[in-house]
Amino acid sequence: MISGALVSTALLVVATRRLDFERIPQAAVLAAAFFIASLLSVPVGPSSVHLILNGLMGIILGWSAVPAILVALVMQAVFFGYGGLLVLGVNTLNIALPALICGLLFAPALRQANGKNTLYLGALCGGLGVILTGLMVSLSLGLSGPDFLPAAKIMLATYTPLVLAEAAVTGFTLAFIIKVAPELIRVQE
Amino acid sequence: MQLTVTDDHTRSGWLDQFDPRLRLLTALLFALTTVSLQQTPLLLLVLAASLLSALFTGLTGSLLLKRLLAMEGFMILLLIMLPFSVPGDSLFTLGSFSASTQGLERVLQIVLKANAIVIMLMTLIGTLEPVVLGHALGQLRLPEKLIHLFLFTVRYIGVLFDEYQRLRMAMRARAFVAGSNRHTWRSFGWLIGMLLVRSLERSQRILAAMKCRGFNGRLYLITTEHWQRRDSVILSILSLFFLLLLLSDHLL
Repeated sequence: MISGALVSTALLVVATRRLDFERIPQAAVLAAAFFIASLLSVPVGPSSVHLILNGLMGIILGWSAVPAILVALVMQAVFFGYGGLLVLGVNTLNIALPALICGLLFAPALRQANGKNTLYLGALCGGLGVILTGLMVSLSLGLSGPDFLPAAKIMLATYTPLVLAEAAVTGFTLAFIIKVAPELIRVQE
Repeated sequence: MQLTVTDDHTRSGWLDQFDPRLRLLTALLFALTTVSLQQTPLLLLVLAASLLSALFTGLTGSLLLKRLLAMEGFMILLLIMLPFSVPGDSLFTLGSFSASTQGLERVLQIVLKANAIVIMLMTLIGTLEPVVLGHALGQLRLPEKLIHLFLFTVRYIGVLFDEYQRLRMAMRARAFVAGSNRHTWRSFGWLIGMLLVRSLERSQRILAAMKCRGFNGRLYLITTEHWQRRDSVILSILSLFFLLLLLSDHLL
């Protein structure tokens, strides 16, 4: 838990250095949009899930995704009672690191992609973001005590519907953005 | 969209007479103390304390319960598994798995801790206006950029939520029903895409408008809140109390 908080802080320091004042309004409004989008409940089979969208955030926000995710989590913890005050560091890391990885891996390819390719690349990116988050959540559970390990494994299985929904929606979102407003995925350049 | 836990008629002012920073620090100390406690009776005491303070603040029971249930739903899997994975005396067996008393006690402790912390958090901080919270965090010397980001995000969540509801209304007018199919995923993808596109345009207008008004990268946090001697006194009394709790936990 403490090491998670430390790494998060380190990432935050880098991210805030890269965030100049000119771009704060932009990052904030996009962060708010992602916050709203995560309220959407997407039906998958018999159940429904709320999206994390960290793959998409990584692509669009780049490094600003780290403080944006922290802010969203603070608001969730304080106003909705989800998550908690003390696991804020770990949670931020578990969501933001996959976002950064997705951004680094997929953003260059997406800028050149067109048509169906965007859909598949986007789906891959959205899926990967959630899978990484699921792995990291299980890992942090396992690290905090070997007794949590069986539960961590089952929890990983519950991520499957989320991965599907996330991949599908992220794919379509990116395909839409490339068509309508390609400047959106170039904002961090 | 409602972010705070209180609505206008339940808001009781007795918490508002203290500095928001005091509330933040108290919540943090409370959470830190609670996670380090080991004795179940003390945890019960702590939970009772946070329930009492929630009652005093006039939090409506149903809203509190709804938010607690959301958290419980998340933890339930973990809690069901724990008795089986913690080694110890067997309490009952389920097939080839046996649940241990030690595991059950761990579960009980986790439930007590989590609920106590969340209730206290919602009482002390959930009742703050988001903007006041931002200012208090700023006065606690957190990085300025983060505070700015927080304040801007809080400001625009409401605006974008309206935007979102307009888009959803338009979808409903065209008889959209969410289901588990390609059409839904594509529609939601486009919905999120549209939300992002409009946000980007809005943020450019915001920046332009702010530049017109001479924005130089600083928001001046003007607050009427002042840290008073009373706040220091309360903070020291509470710290002493938390220390006492930790000490008795250690000695018992």
